[in-house]
Amino acid sequence: MSETRKLAGTIDEKTAQSLHAGDQVLFTGTVYVARDAAHKRLIDLLDAGEELPFPVENAIIYYAGPAPAKPGQVIGPCGPTSSYRMDPYAPRLLDLGVRAMIGKGARSQSVIDAIVRNHCVYFAAVGGAAAYIAKSIASAQVVAYEDLGTEAIRKLEVVDMPLTVAIDCTGGNVYTQGPAAYLASTAR
Amino acid sequence: MPRGRKGNPTMRTIQAKDVTRAVAQMCIKANCTLQDDVVSCLERARHEEPWPVAQATLDTILENVRIAKTDNVPLCQDTGMACVFVELGKDVRIEGGNLRSAIDEGVRRGYTDGYLRKSMVADPLRRENTKDNTPALITFDVVSGDSLKIALAPKGAGSENMGMLKMLKPADGVEGVKDFVLEAVRHAGPNPCPPIVVGVGIGGNFDHVASLAKRALVRPLSQPNPDPFYAALEGELLDAINAFGTGPAGFGGKTTALAVHIEQMPTHIACLPVAVNINCHVARHEEVVL
Repeated sequence: MSETRKLAGTIDEKTAQSLHAGDQVLFTGTVYVARDAAHKRLIDLLDAGEELPFPVENAIIYYAGPAPAKPGQVIGPCGPTSSYRMDPYAPRLLDLGVRAMIGKGARSQSVIDAIVRNHCVYFAAVGGAAAYIAKSIASAQVVAYEDLGTEAIRKLEVVDMPLTVAIDCTGGNVYTQGPAAYLASTAR
Repeated sequence: MPRGRKGNPTMRTIQAKDVTRAVAQMCIKANCTLQDDVVSCLERARHEEPWPVAQATLDTILENVRIAKTDNVPLCQDTGMACVFVELGKDVRIEGGNLRSAIDEGVRRGYTDGYLRKSMVADPLRRENTKDNTPALITFDVVSGDSLKIALAPKGAGSENMGMLKMLKPADGVEGVKDFVLEAVRHAGPNPCPPIVVGVGIGGNFDHVASLAKRALVRPLSQPNPDPFYAALEGELLDAINAFGTGPAGFGGKTTALAVHIEQMPTHIACLPVAVNINCHVARHEEVVL
Protein backbone atom coordinates (compact mmCIF):
# COMPACT_ATOMS: atom_id res chain seq x y z
CA MET A 1 0.00 0.00 0.00
CA SER A 2 1.41 3.38 -1.04
CA GLU A 3 2.18 6.24 1.33
CA THR A 4 -0.53 8.84 1.72
CA ARG A 5 0.29 12.04 -0.14
CA LYS A 6 -0.92 15.46 0.98
CA LEU A 7 -2.13 17.82 -1.73
CA ALA A 8 -3.22 21.39 -1.09
CA GLY A 9 -4.57 24.22 -3.23
CA THR A 10 -4.95 23.85 -6.97
CA ILE A 11 -4.43 20.57 -8.76
CA ASP A 12 -2.85 21.68 -12.03
CA GLU A 13 -1.76 19.67 -15.03
CA LYS A 14 1.67 18.96 -13.55
CA THR A 15 0.22 17.71 -10.25
CA ALA A 16 -2.32 15.56 -12.07
CA GLN A 17 0.49 14.01 -14.11
CA SER A 18 2.32 13.06 -10.91
CA LEU A 19 -0.59 10.97 -9.59
CA HIS A 20 -0.93 7.25 -10.18
CA ALA A 21 -3.92 4.94 -9.88
CA GLY A 22 -4.04 3.54 -6.36
CA ASP A 23 -2.28 6.51 -4.71
CA GLN A 24 -3.81 7.61 -1.40
CA VAL A 25 -4.31 11.36 -1.19
CA LEU A 26 -5.43 13.82 1.49
CA PHE A 27 -6.70 16.84 -0.39
CA THR A 28 -7.10 20.35 1.03
CA GLY A 29 -8.72 22.98 -1.18
CA THR A 30 -11.86 23.88 -3.10
CA VAL A 31 -14.24 21.43 -4.75
CA TYR A 32 -17.57 22.02 -6.48
CA VAL A 33 -20.40 19.61 -5.73
CA ALA A 34 -22.56 18.73 -8.73
CA ARG A 35 -24.54 15.65 -9.68
CA ASP A 36 -27.17 14.57 -12.20
CA ALA A 37 -29.60 17.50 -12.40
CA ALA A 38 -26.86 20.15 -12.07
CA HIS A 39 -24.83 18.55 -14.85
CA LYS A 40 -27.82 18.64 -17.15
CA ARG A 41 -28.15 22.37 -16.51
CA LEU A 42 -24.41 22.99 -16.97
CA ILE A 43 -24.52 21.34 -20.38
CA ASP A 44 -27.63 23.37 -21.28
CA LEU A 45 -25.67 26.53 -20.38
CA LEU A 46 -22.79 25.51 -22.60
CA ASP A 47 -25.20 24.73 -25.44
CA ALA A 48 -26.60 28.25 -25.04
CA GLY A 49 -23.08 29.69 -25.18
CA GLU A 50 -23.17 30.93 -21.59
CA GLU A 51 -20.62 30.91 -18.75
CA LEU A 52 -20.57 28.19 -16.10
CA PRO A 53 -21.44 29.31 -12.54
CA PHE A 54 -17.94 28.46 -11.26
CA PRO A 55 -14.40 28.96 -12.62
CA VAL A 56 -13.76 25.97 -14.84
CA GLU A 57 -9.95 26.17 -15.11
CA ASN A 58 -8.46 23.40 -12.92
CA ALA A 59 -11.83 22.94 -11.22
CA ILE A 60 -12.52 19.84 -9.16
CA ILE A 61 -16.05 18.48 -9.39
CA TYR A 62 -17.36 16.28 -6.58
CA TYR A 63 -20.27 14.02 -7.54
CA ALA A 64 -22.41 14.16 -4.42
CA GLY A 65 -25.73 15.22 -2.95
CA PRO A 66 -25.46 15.92 0.77
CA ALA A 67 -28.02 15.11 3.42
CA PRO A 68 -29.42 18.21 5.20
CA ALA A 69 -27.18 19.84 7.82
CA LYS A 70 -28.37 19.66 11.39
CA PRO A 71 -28.33 22.96 13.30
CA GLY A 72 -24.70 23.89 13.94
CA GLN A 73 -23.32 21.64 11.20
CA VAL A 74 -21.53 22.92 8.08
CA ILE A 75 -23.12 20.20 5.96
CA GLY A 76 -24.86 16.88 6.44
CA PRO A 77 -23.27 13.56 5.52
CA CYS A 78 -21.77 13.96 2.06
CA GLY A 79 -20.22 10.90 0.42
CA PRO A 80 -19.69 10.28 -3.29
CA THR A 81 -22.44 9.15 -5.65
CA SER A 82 -21.96 6.76 -8.58
CA SER A 83 -19.91 8.59 -11.21
CA TYR A 84 -21.04 6.69 -14.31
CA ARG A 85 -24.27 8.67 -14.40
CA MET A 86 -22.24 11.79 -15.17
CA ASP A 87 -20.30 10.03 -17.96
CA PRO A 88 -22.45 11.59 -20.72
CA TYR A 89 -21.44 15.07 -19.49
CA ALA A 90 -17.89 14.66 -18.16
CA PRO A 91 -15.75 14.68 -21.35
CA ARG A 92 -17.11 18.05 -22.41
CA LEU A 93 -16.30 19.57 -19.00
CA LEU A 94 -12.80 18.04 -18.97
CA ASP A 95 -12.16 19.44 -22.45
CA LEU A 96 -13.10 22.89 -21.08
CA GLY A 97 -10.55 22.80 -18.25
CA VAL A 98 -12.03 20.83 -15.35
CA ARG A 99 -9.00 19.04 -13.90
CA ALA A 100 -10.39 16.47 -11.51
CA MET A 101 -13.51 14.57 -10.58
CA ILE A 102 -14.32 12.92 -7.26
CA GLY A 103 -16.89 10.14 -7.17
CA LYS A 104 -17.10 6.39 -6.93
CA GLY A 105 -17.17 3.49 -9.33
CA ALA A 106 -16.30 2.75 -12.93
CA ARG A 107 -16.18 5.27 -15.82
CA SER A 108 -16.89 4.82 -19.52
CA GLN A 109 -14.11 4.62 -22.11
CA SER A 110 -15.02 8.08 -23.41
CA VAL A 111 -14.39 9.56 -19.94
CA ILE A 112 -11.11 7.65 -19.58
CA ASP A 113 -10.06 8.96 -23.01
CA ALA A 114 -10.90 12.53 -21.94
CA ILE A 115 -8.91 12.11 -18.70
CA VAL A 116 -5.87 10.97 -20.70
CA ARG A 117 -6.31 13.58 -23.46
CA ASN A 118 -6.54 16.50 -21.00
CA HIS A 119 -4.11 15.23 -18.32
CA CYS A 120 -6.80 15.03 -15.66
CA VAL A 121 -7.45 12.76 -12.72
CA TYR A 122 -10.44 10.89 -11.34
CA PHE A 123 -10.44 10.36 -7.59
CA ALA A 124 -12.61 7.91 -5.67
CA ALA A 125 -13.90 8.53 -2.17
CA VAL A 126 -15.25 5.59 -0.17
CA GLY A 127 -18.93 5.23 -1.05
CA GLY A 128 -21.22 5.01 1.94
CA ALA A 129 -18.71 6.63 4.32
CA ALA A 130 -20.62 9.90 4.23
CA ALA A 131 -20.53 10.85 7.93
CA TYR A 132 -16.77 10.22 7.94
CA ILE A 133 -16.16 12.26 4.78
CA ALA A 134 -18.29 15.16 6.05
CA LYS A 135 -15.75 15.61 8.87
CA SER A 136 -13.27 16.89 6.25
CA ILE A 137 -15.63 19.59 4.94
CA ALA A 138 -14.81 22.95 6.53
CA SER A 139 -17.36 25.09 4.71
CA ALA A 140 -20.19 24.74 2.21
CA GLN A 141 -22.00 27.36 0.18
CA VAL A 142 -24.60 27.00 -2.55
CA VAL A 143 -23.34 28.77 -5.69
CA ALA A 144 -26.06 27.82 -8.19
CA TYR A 145 -29.41 26.10 -8.64
CA GLU A 146 -30.64 26.36 -5.05
CA ASP A 147 -34.01 25.12 -6.31
CA LEU A 148 -32.45 21.71 -6.89
CA GLY A 149 -32.09 21.18 -3.12
CA THR A 150 -29.56 18.42 -2.50
CA GLU A 151 -28.62 18.61 -6.20
CA ALA A 152 -27.65 22.30 -6.08
CA ILE A 153 -24.06 23.25 -6.97
CA ARG A 154 -22.09 23.83 -3.77
CA LYS A 155 -18.62 25.20 -3.23
CA LEU A 156 -16.86 23.25 -0.51
CA GLU A 157 -13.62 23.97 1.28
CA VAL A 158 -12.22 20.62 2.33
CA VAL A 159 -9.35 19.80 4.66
CA ASP A 160 -7.49 16.51 4.29
CA MET A 161 -10.30 14.89 2.35
CA PRO A 162 -9.35 11.21 2.00
CA LEU A 163 -9.20 10.15 -1.65
CA THR A 164 -7.81 7.38 -3.81
CA VAL A 165 -6.56 8.02 -7.34
CA ALA A 166 -8.99 5.87 -9.32
CA ILE A 167 -8.03 6.74 -12.90
CA ASP A 168 -4.81 8.59 -13.71
CA CYS A 169 -3.79 10.55 -16.78
CA THR A 170 -2.11 7.53 -18.39
CA GLY A 171 -5.37 5.57 -18.13
CA GLY A 172 -4.17 3.60 -15.09
CA ASN A 173 -7.29 2.33 -13.32
CA VAL A 174 -7.57 1.23 -9.68
CA TYR A 175 -10.75 -0.72 -10.45
CA THR A 176 -8.83 -3.11 -12.71
CA GLN A 177 -5.34 -2.88 -11.18
CA GLY A 178 -6.46 -3.18 -7.53
CA PRO A 179 -8.40 -6.43 -7.93
CA ALA A 180 -5.70 -7.83 -10.26
CA ALA A 181 -2.98 -7.12 -7.68
CA TYR A 182 -5.01 -8.77 -4.94
CA LEU A 183 -5.74 -11.84 -7.08
CA ALA A 184 -2.05 -12.10 -8.03
CA SER A 185 -1.18 -12.09 -4.32
CA THR A 186 -3.54 -15.02 -3.67
CA ALA A 187 -2.08 -17.01 -6.58
CA ARG A 188 1.45 -16.80 -5.20
CA MET B 1 -71.73 -2.91 9.28
CA PRO B 2 -73.98 -4.85 6.85
CA ARG B 3 -77.09 -6.27 8.43
CA GLY B 4 -76.83 -9.84 9.68
CA ARG B 5 -73.06 -9.65 10.24
CA LYS B 6 -71.52 -9.08 13.61
CA GLY B 7 -68.22 -7.35 14.27
CA ASN B 8 -65.48 -9.80 15.18
CA PRO B 9 -65.12 -9.54 18.97
CA THR B 10 -61.43 -10.61 18.75
CA MET B 11 -60.61 -7.80 16.31
CA ARG B 12 -57.74 -5.67 17.60
CA THR B 13 -57.57 -1.96 16.95
CA ILE B 14 -54.32 -0.17 16.14
CA GLN B 15 -54.26 3.61 15.86
CA ALA B 16 -52.94 5.07 12.60
CA LYS B 17 -50.95 7.63 14.59
CA ASP B 18 -49.07 4.81 16.34
CA VAL B 19 -48.12 3.40 12.94
CA THR B 20 -46.91 6.84 11.87
CA ARG B 21 -44.82 7.27 15.01
CA ALA B 22 -43.24 3.81 14.67
CA VAL B 23 -42.36 4.35 11.00
CA ALA B 24 -40.85 7.79 11.69
CA GLN B 25 -38.65 6.36 14.45
CA MET B 26 -37.55 3.47 12.23
CA CYS B 27 -36.57 5.83 9.39
CA ILE B 28 -34.20 7.73 11.67
CA LYS B 29 -32.80 4.71 13.51
CA ALA B 30 -32.24 2.65 10.35
CA ASN B 31 -30.40 5.48 8.64
CA CYS B 32 -28.17 6.47 11.56
CA THR B 33 -27.46 3.23 13.43
CA LEU B 34 -26.35 0.23 11.44
CA GLN B 35 -27.92 -2.94 12.79
CA ASP B 36 -25.70 -5.26 14.86
CA ASP B 37 -25.86 -8.14 12.37
CA VAL B 38 -24.31 -5.95 9.66
CA VAL B 39 -21.72 -4.41 11.99
CA SER B 40 -20.66 -7.88 13.20
CA CYS B 41 -20.37 -9.05 9.62
CA LEU B 42 -18.20 -6.04 8.69
CA GLU B 43 -15.99 -6.58 11.75
CA ARG B 44 -15.52 -10.25 10.89
CA ALA B 45 -14.71 -9.33 7.30
CA ARG B 46 -12.10 -6.83 8.53
CA HIS B 47 -10.57 -9.51 10.74
CA GLU B 48 -10.38 -11.99 7.86
CA GLU B 49 -9.26 -9.51 5.18
CA PRO B 50 -5.61 -10.12 4.19
CA TRP B 51 -5.17 -7.24 1.70
CA PRO B 52 -3.85 -3.95 3.21
CA VAL B 53 -5.82 -1.60 0.92
CA ALA B 54 -8.99 -3.51 1.74
CA GLN B 55 -8.22 -3.46 5.45
CA ALA B 56 -7.86 0.32 5.32
CA THR B 57 -11.14 0.70 3.40
CA LEU B 58 -12.99 -1.52 5.89
CA ASP B 59 -11.49 0.55 8.73
CA THR B 60 -12.93 3.67 7.07
CA ILE B 61 -16.33 2.01 6.72
CA LEU B 62 -16.33 0.92 10.39
CA GLU B 63 -15.19 4.38 11.50
CA ASN B 64 -18.13 5.81 9.55
CA VAL B 65 -20.48 3.45 11.40
CA ARG B 66 -19.14 4.75 14.73
CA ILE B 67 -19.38 8.43 13.75
CA ALA B 68 -22.95 8.07 12.45
CA LYS B 69 -24.10 6.32 15.61
CA THR B 70 -22.33 8.75 17.98
CA ASP B 71 -23.44 11.91 16.16
CA ASN B 72 -26.85 10.44 15.25
CA VAL B 73 -26.39 11.40 11.59
CA PRO B 74 -27.06 9.25 8.52
CA LEU B 75 -24.40 6.71 7.62
CA CYS B 76 -24.79 7.59 3.95
CA GLN B 77 -26.06 10.79 2.36
CA ASP B 78 -28.32 8.61 0.23
CA THR B 79 -30.89 7.82 2.88
CA GLY B 80 -32.75 5.93 0.22
CA MET B 81 -36.21 5.10 -0.89
CA ALA B 82 -38.30 3.93 2.04
CA CYS B 83 -38.99 0.29 1.15
CA VAL B 84 -41.61 -1.04 3.52
CA PHE B 85 -42.88 -4.58 3.99
CA VAL B 86 -46.16 -4.85 5.85
CA GLU B 87 -47.60 -8.02 7.35
CA LEU B 88 -51.08 -7.13 8.45
CA GLY B 89 -52.79 -9.62 10.76
CA LYS B 90 -56.32 -10.36 9.52
CA ASP B 91 -57.68 -9.61 12.98
CA VAL B 92 -56.29 -6.08 13.01
CA ARG B 93 -58.31 -2.97 12.29
CA ILE B 94 -56.57 0.36 11.69
CA GLU B 95 -58.40 3.30 13.26
CA GLY B 96 -57.96 6.99 12.58
CA GLY B 97 -56.69 6.77 9.02
CA ASN B 98 -55.69 4.26 6.40
CA LEU B 99 -52.54 2.23 6.67
CA ARG B 100 -50.82 3.50 3.52
CA SER B 101 -51.30 7.14 4.50
CA ALA B 102 -50.13 6.43 8.05
CA ILE B 103 -46.91 4.88 6.73
CA ASP B 104 -46.32 7.75 4.29
CA GLU B 105 -46.85 10.25 7.09
CA GLY B 106 -44.25 8.35 9.14
CA VAL B 107 -41.77 8.58 6.26
CA ARG B 108 -42.53 12.29 5.86
CA ARG B 109 -41.89 12.99 9.56
CA GLY B 110 -38.89 10.69 9.89
CA TYR B 111 -37.10 12.15 6.87
CA THR B 112 -37.90 15.72 7.90
CA ASP B 113 -37.27 15.51 11.66
CA GLY B 114 -34.23 13.27 11.21
CA TYR B 115 -32.43 15.53 8.69
CA LEU B 116 -32.49 12.70 6.16
CA ARG B 117 -32.11 13.38 2.45
CA LYS B 118 -35.25 13.60 0.36
CA SER B 119 -34.51 11.61 -2.77
CA MET B 120 -37.91 10.82 -4.29
CA VAL B 121 -39.11 12.44 -7.51
CA ALA B 122 -42.84 12.44 -8.18
CA ASP B 123 -42.51 11.33 -11.78
CA PRO B 124 -39.76 9.25 -13.40
CA LEU B 125 -39.45 11.49 -16.47
CA ARG B 126 -40.51 14.93 -15.25
CA ARG B 127 -38.44 14.42 -12.07
CA GLU B 128 -39.73 16.94 -9.56
CA ASN B 129 -38.62 16.17 -5.99
CA THR B 130 -41.52 15.48 -3.60
CA LYS B 131 -39.42 17.17 -0.87
CA ASP B 132 -40.44 14.76 1.89
CA ASN B 133 -39.20 11.42 0.53
CA THR B 134 -42.72 10.10 0.03
CA PRO B 135 -44.19 7.95 -1.26
CA ALA B 136 -42.88 4.90 0.55
CA LEU B 137 -42.61 1.78 -1.62
CA ILE B 138 -44.91 -0.54 0.28
CA THR B 139 -45.51 -4.27 -0.13
CA PHE B 140 -48.60 -5.46 1.72
CA ASP B 141 -49.24 -8.98 2.90
CA VAL B 142 -52.22 -10.21 4.92
CA VAL B 143 -51.35 -12.88 7.48
CA SER B 144 -53.14 -14.65 10.32
CA GLY B 145 -53.18 -13.20 13.82
CA ASP B 146 -53.81 -9.84 15.41
CA SER B 147 -50.49 -8.07 15.07
CA LEU B 148 -49.03 -5.68 12.53
CA LYS B 149 -45.42 -6.15 11.47
CA ILE B 150 -43.67 -3.37 9.57
CA ALA B 151 -40.17 -3.82 8.16
CA LEU B 152 -38.33 -0.83 6.74
CA ALA B 153 -35.30 -0.99 4.46
CA PRO B 154 -34.10 2.42 3.26
CA LYS B 155 -32.49 1.56 -0.07
CA GLY B 156 -29.87 3.69 -1.79
CA ALA B 157 -29.83 4.07 -5.56
CA GLY B 158 -26.16 3.25 -6.12
CA SER B 159 -26.85 -0.38 -5.36
CA GLU B 160 -30.48 -0.37 -6.52
CA ASN B 161 -29.43 0.65 -10.04
CA MET B 162 -27.27 -2.46 -10.31
CA GLY B 163 -30.24 -4.86 -10.07
CA MET B 164 -30.99 -7.32 -12.87
CA LEU B 165 -33.81 -9.70 -13.76
CA LYS B 166 -33.96 -12.53 -16.29
CA MET B 167 -36.54 -15.09 -17.30
CA LEU B 168 -34.44 -18.26 -17.63
CA LYS B 169 -35.57 -21.55 -19.18
CA PRO B 170 -36.21 -24.45 -16.80
CA ALA B 171 -33.43 -26.29 -18.67
CA ASP B 172 -30.96 -23.63 -17.49
CA GLY B 173 -31.39 -25.04 -13.99
CA VAL B 174 -29.24 -24.20 -11.00
CA GLU B 175 -26.18 -23.59 -13.19
CA GLY B 176 -28.09 -20.99 -15.18
CA VAL B 177 -29.15 -19.27 -11.97
CA LYS B 178 -25.57 -19.22 -10.65
CA ASP B 179 -24.23 -17.85 -13.95
CA PHE B 180 -26.80 -15.07 -13.97
CA VAL B 181 -26.23 -14.02 -10.35
CA LEU B 182 -22.46 -13.93 -10.89
CA GLU B 183 -22.89 -12.02 -14.15
CA ALA B 184 -25.02 -9.39 -12.37
CA VAL B 185 -22.52 -8.96 -9.54
CA ARG B 186 -19.55 -8.87 -11.91
CA HIS B 187 -21.33 -6.28 -14.05
CA ALA B 188 -22.02 -4.14 -10.95
CA GLY B 189 -18.30 -4.17 -10.10
CA PRO B 190 -17.33 -1.29 -7.80
CA ASN B 191 -20.54 0.72 -8.36
CA PRO B 192 -22.88 -0.60 -5.62
CA CYS B 193 -20.43 0.20 -2.77
CA PRO B 194 -18.96 -3.19 -1.91
CA PRO B 195 -18.83 -5.09 0.36
CA ILE B 196 -22.35 -5.81 -0.81
CA VAL B 197 -25.28 -7.96 0.24
CA VAL B 198 -26.78 -9.85 -2.68
CA GLY B 199 -30.52 -10.51 -2.67
CA VAL B 200 -31.63 -13.22 -5.08
CA GLY B 201 -35.19 -14.12 -5.98
CA ILE B 202 -35.89 -17.39 -7.78
CA GLY B 203 -39.32 -18.51 -9.03
CA GLY B 204 -42.75 -16.91 -9.12
CA ASN B 205 -43.25 -14.70 -12.14
CA PHE B 206 -41.78 -11.51 -13.59
CA ASP B 207 -42.99 -9.19 -10.83
CA HIS B 208 -42.93 -11.52 -7.82
CA VAL B 209 -39.33 -12.54 -8.41
CA ALA B 210 -38.17 -8.93 -8.13
CA SER B 211 -40.05 -8.53 -4.87
CA LEU B 212 -38.45 -11.75 -3.55
CA ALA B 213 -34.98 -10.40 -4.30
CA LYS B 214 -35.74 -7.20 -2.41
CA ARG B 215 -37.32 -9.08 0.50
CA ALA B 216 -34.16 -11.24 0.72
CA LEU B 217 -32.26 -8.09 1.73
CA VAL B 218 -34.41 -7.57 4.80
CA ARG B 219 -33.36 -10.91 6.31
CA PRO B 220 -30.70 -10.59 9.06
CA LEU B 221 -27.20 -11.35 7.77
CA SER B 222 -26.66 -14.12 10.28
CA GLN B 223 -29.65 -16.08 8.97
CA PRO B 224 -29.17 -18.49 6.06
CA ASN B 225 -32.12 -19.75 4.01
CA PRO B 226 -34.02 -22.30 6.17
CA ASP B 227 -33.91 -24.84 3.31
CA PRO B 228 -30.45 -26.53 3.39
CA PHE B 229 -30.43 -26.79 -0.43
CA TYR B 230 -30.74 -23.02 -0.80
CA ALA B 231 -28.47 -22.32 2.18
CA ALA B 232 -25.74 -24.31 0.41
CA LEU B 233 -26.36 -22.38 -2.79
CA GLU B 234 -26.05 -19.10 -0.85
CA GLY B 235 -22.67 -20.23 0.49
CA GLU B 236 -21.46 -21.34 -2.91
CA LEU B 237 -22.41 -18.03 -4.54
CA LEU B 238 -20.80 -16.04 -1.71
CA ASP B 239 -17.50 -17.87 -2.18
CA ALA B 240 -17.65 -17.39 -5.96
CA ILE B 241 -18.30 -13.63 -5.57
CA ASN B 242 -15.49 -13.23 -3.05
CA ALA B 243 -13.14 -14.88 -5.53
CA PHE B 244 -13.68 -11.94 -7.93
CA GLY B 245 -11.14 -9.78 -6.05
CA THR B 246 -13.30 -6.64 -6.38
CA GLY B 247 -12.88 -5.88 -2.68
CA PRO B 248 -14.20 -3.03 -0.52
CA ALA B 249 -15.00 0.06 -2.63
CA GLY B 250 -13.73 -1.93 -5.64
CA PHE B 251 -10.09 -1.17 -4.79
CA GLY B 252 -9.25 -4.89 -4.61
CA GLY B 253 -9.42 -7.44 -1.80
CA LYS B 254 -11.12 -10.50 -0.44
CA THR B 255 -14.30 -8.89 0.88
CA THR B 256 -16.62 -8.20 -2.07
CA ALA B 257 -19.84 -9.52 -0.51
CA LEU B 258 -20.93 -9.95 3.10
CA ALA B 259 -23.77 -12.33 2.32
CA VAL B 260 -25.94 -13.83 -0.40
CA HIS B 261 -29.61 -14.27 0.48
CA ILE B 262 -31.92 -16.33 -1.68
CA GLU B 263 -35.71 -16.34 -1.47
CA GLN B 264 -37.60 -18.84 -3.60
CA MET B 265 -41.25 -19.55 -4.45
CA PRO B 266 -43.32 -21.81 -6.71
CA THR B 267 -43.36 -21.07 -10.42
CA HIS B 268 -44.89 -22.21 -13.74
CA ILE B 269 -43.76 -25.40 -15.53
CA ALA B 270 -42.29 -23.21 -18.28
CA CYS B 271 -40.64 -20.56 -16.06
CA LEU B 272 -37.41 -20.03 -14.16
CA PRO B 273 -37.40 -16.33 -13.21
CA VAL B 274 -34.36 -15.01 -11.35
CA ALA B 275 -33.76 -11.53 -9.99
CA VAL B 276 -30.73 -9.97 -8.32
CA ASN B 277 -31.16 -6.95 -6.03
CA ILE B 278 -27.90 -5.67 -4.57
CA ASN B 279 -27.47 -3.80 -1.30
CA CYS B 280 -24.43 -1.73 -0.31
CA HIS B 281 -22.47 -2.24 2.92
CA VAL B 282 -24.87 0.24 4.55
CA ALA B 283 -27.41 -2.60 4.59
CA ARG B 284 -30.11 -0.83 6.56
CA HIS B 285 -33.14 -2.62 7.93
CA GLU B 286 -35.43 -2.22 10.91
CA GLU B 287 -38.69 -3.80 11.91
CA VAL B 288 -41.39 -3.32 14.46
CA VAL B 289 -44.36 -5.39 15.59
CA LEU B 290 -47.37 -3.44 16.80
